[in-house]
Amino acid sequence: MIQPDHITTTICPYCGVGCTLQLHVKDDFIYKVTSPFDSPVNHGNLCVKGRFGYDYVYHPKRVTTPLIRKTKQEAGKRTQAFDLSEWREAAWDEALDYAADRLVEIYKRDGSDAMAVYCCAKATNEDNYLLQKMYRALFRTNNVDHCTRLCHAGSVVALQQAIGSSAMSNTASQVILNDVFIVTGSNTSENHPIIALQMKEAVQKHGAKMIVVDPRRIDLVDMAEMWLPLKPGTNVPLFSAMAHVIVKEELVNWDFVNSRTEGFDEFIASLEKFTPEYAEEISGVPADDICRAARLYARAKNAAIYWGMGISQLSHGTASALALIHLAFLTGHIGRDGTGLNPLRGQNNVQGASDMGAMPFHYPGYMGVDKPENRAKWEKTWNIEEGGLSLKPGLTTTEILSHAHEGGIRSLFIMGENPMMSEPNLNETRKHMEQLEFLVAQDIFINESGAFADVFLPATPFAEKDGTFSNTDRRVQRVRAAHNPRGDARPDWRIICDLARRIESRLGRATAKWDYTHPEQILREMAGVNSDYAGITYERIDKVGLIYPVPTMDHPGTPTLFTESFPRGRGKFHVLDYVPVREEPDDEYPFILTTGRLLEHWHGGTMTRNSALNESYPEARVEIHPADAEIHGIRNGSPVKVQSRRGEVVMRAAVTEKTSVGVIFIPWHFAEAAANLLTNDALDPQAKIPEFKACAVQVFPAREKDLPNPGAVLERGRY
Amino acid sequence: MSIKLMMDDKEISVDEDVTLLDAARENGIDIPTICFHEATTSNALCRICVVEVDGQRVLQPACIVKAGASMKVQTRSEKVVRARRTILEMLASTMDLSDAPEIQQMMVEYGASSNRFPDAQRRESEVRDDNPMYVRDYSKCLLCWRCVQVCAEDAQYTYAINFDGRGYETQIGTFFERTIPQTTCVLCGQCVGVCPTGALKPKREYLLEQGLSPQEISVLNMGRKRRSKVTGQKSE
Repeated sequence: MIQPDHITTTICPYCGVGCTLQLHVKDDFIYKVTSPFDSPVNHGNLCVKGRFGYDYVYHPKRVTTPLIRKTKQEAGKRTQAFDLSEWREAAWDEALDYAADRLVEIYKRDGSDAMAVYCCAKATNEDNYLLQKMYRALFRTNNVDHCTRLCHAGSVVALQQAIGSSAMSNTASQVILNDVFIVTGSNTSENHPIIALQMKEAVQKHGAKMIVVDPRRIDLVDMAEMWLPLKPGTNVPLFSAMAHVIVKEELVNWDFVNSRTEGFDEFIASLEKFTPEYAEEISGVPADDICRAARLYARAKNAAIYWGMGISQLSHGTASALALIHLAFLTGHIGRDGTGLNPLRGQNNVQGASDMGAMPFHYPGYMGVDKPENRAKWEKTWNIEEGGLSLKPGLTTTEILSHAHEGGIRSLFIMGENPMMSEPNLNETRKHMEQLEFLVAQDIFINESGAFADVFLPATPFAEKDGTFSNTDRRVQRVRAAHNPRGDARPDWRIICDLARRIESRLGRATAKWDYTHPEQILREMAGVNSDYAGITYERIDKVGLIYPVPTMDHPGTPTLFTESFPRGRGKFHVLDYVPVREEPDDEYPFILTTGRLLEHWHGGTMTRNSALNESYPEARVEIHPADAEIHGIRNGSPVKVQSRRGEVVMRAAVTEKTSVGVIFIPWHFAEAAANLLTNDALDPQAKIPEFKACAVQVFPAREKDLPNPGAVLERGRY
Repeated sequence: MSIKLMMDDKEISVDEDVTLLDAARENGIDIPTICFHEATTSNALCRICVVEVDGQRVLQPACIVKAGASMKVQTRSEKVVRARRTILEMLASTMDLSDAPEIQQMMVEYGASSNRFPDAQRRESEVRDDNPMYVRDYSKCLLCWRCVQVCAEDAQYTYAINFDGRGYETQIGTFFERTIPQTTCVLCGQCVGVCPTGALKPKREYLLEQGLSPQEISVLNMGRKRRSKVTGQKSE
């Protein structure tokens, strides 16, 4: 039996559930992960990623020394360097000086609009706060964004418009208080496994009725009262038809509508056309099922909605989320325990990174950058001359890259993100990356994006740093280092401070303050202006996290939001129209491709493809319905080429009734068969989120030798 | 509503509906447990928590028997101690307790001899190393049922494992003796998290015990083919 040197309590680095982990450490090596059974979020349960997926920390390919590219890269001719032989090792001082020199050179020549940064939903609140501070305070730009743009941007914009706040209204553990709940566009069992356990418990032990609205027959369907298999991208007509039924059958909660909402009359007029029959025609879901689902939801004492990417990742993602918000407004299923509008946040700290102002339109605390009074607060905090910060909203993630050209974005700083996997239409993304004049990557592995960089700054993974993560419940929890960084790697916040000081002295600016000795000082600086976090200290969250808003030092936190009113006052109904997905199937590309994630993998794969997790799921598979497979001569396990107007990939087929006729599914974690080579980069006009969830493709049988890695074969009974 | 009962000749007051085990713990009386776990449904399988209840012919498992008004309970009577000692001796005679320090401690406390049944047939089993996340060594399994429960309704609703065989041959197994990757297992490791005797163990902990260095273990991530170099196992 191995006795641990110590056990470190921290938070899981994968999804937004925020499970407590205990890392058992022997000789600076984590050999086991457990979770306390009294942990507030996960009650001792973990998924495969949380319990076993930390081993990327020790992977031999992890980079732990600063690196500089041997061949000087030029705009337009930038190349990827995955092999260490194309880089030379550098001392920290040299790498940081080099990065500072080049960034300052570009800033002095081309100004603020040439600078851009990707913050990171995997990194801590403190890391993200500092990185946006560096770009706003030193380069005077709001070209600051992170992957929330690619995930819940549609939900965030919709919730801001209708409510004035953009987080989950209730905590996930309240699912056991639901009498009825809708899960839509979320394969919760694979993407938020511990919330899925609570959903199953709600159904099995508390008598809740679950309605699953999803094109795929996901695992949760097994326990669902109803499954509405809609065609991808038809959320607006389907949920608006449910609203139509609620109004026509007089199931409206008038007290709530009259006292808490506005815009009802125009909204109700616009609902007229969304009859269940009309929705059936578009979505493929029988009108009777739509009516029954509407009645179940409206008549429940407590009902809630949980949603994921299937709602937001569309060119009408904002409208999709608004359609859900309307259901809660009509029935008053919000503002009480066991109800609510709950976008399940993807990353461990996507909520926190957004809270920290890692977005082009907001300072920390969702304070609009275009308002002089907000600017003044941060100018004071950051010791900046009056009127020094930019009032101009910045570019979003996708726009930053599409503006990478002469006269546009010239330099990019990427902390921990991987746009070369996560952006849509990757062939186009590649061209944009090639156009950059200077690229800094701060990461733990040389991934598909970092391979384009001029300088690589080796950061630390979760197990080697202190800070806080804010989970999908708005619960701010403490992250703790289990051991010292490997090699010369340094925690992100330290790297940012060291770089910022260099940039600041080169620009001759008064210091915005970068002399932190512990991450808590960073959190306190932010909390001094962001009232949601005002009462959060490391001491208060030492044992159990606090759910913000925590406005004062003795405030206990706020699990349920909007009990009395909405931040914008009254909830606002919006008139919606059905807008089809931008690229509908046709004779040439007859299938709808929808993309998503797997239990065993995480996003662009930087962590999980460098873990034993990869052994448990080593290859991408395209799910295709047996009827479609037969027509196209495709067998289970046989190689298939999938082609869209933008690219093609080859992988094995999974012939399964999990997907519907005419719809195929590909997980997007696998670089060698990247689903995002196929996806459409059409954007939602308001949220700027790309349409990952629906594009038109064709499939062809392929040969074994066309497979990118024929040796990798998935051997699992459950898939 | 609260009720009063006698436990070890002391009057205690507890809520209605609590078990004798809860009642004891609330009042600072120690009753040992092995198969009991606060996060799983109690099934009174191991019987180490038995107590003597006045008027009952046989000893009662405290983890499931509810406290009743006016009950008279002895948690350390001679009969109880003898039963617990015998249970420990029978466990020690058939299974490998090397990864169960709490049970070893109990054996000392109850004066149990690991040699009481020298002729007993030990439940030997090969270590099953069939997935990248955890190993199963049923020589160390005492059939507490926790792993089966958390795989089912107590947590995961996955139903990958269950009891297999009957009587002495009983063992935790998969349907049709499939390897773990071939079952419905989601590799969550909830079973590993509740195993009291080290029969289920994270792969990396196991490899460290086998004498591999952290560096060698990390190289295993590089892929199946490289595994053979480190462990000497046949490459797949």
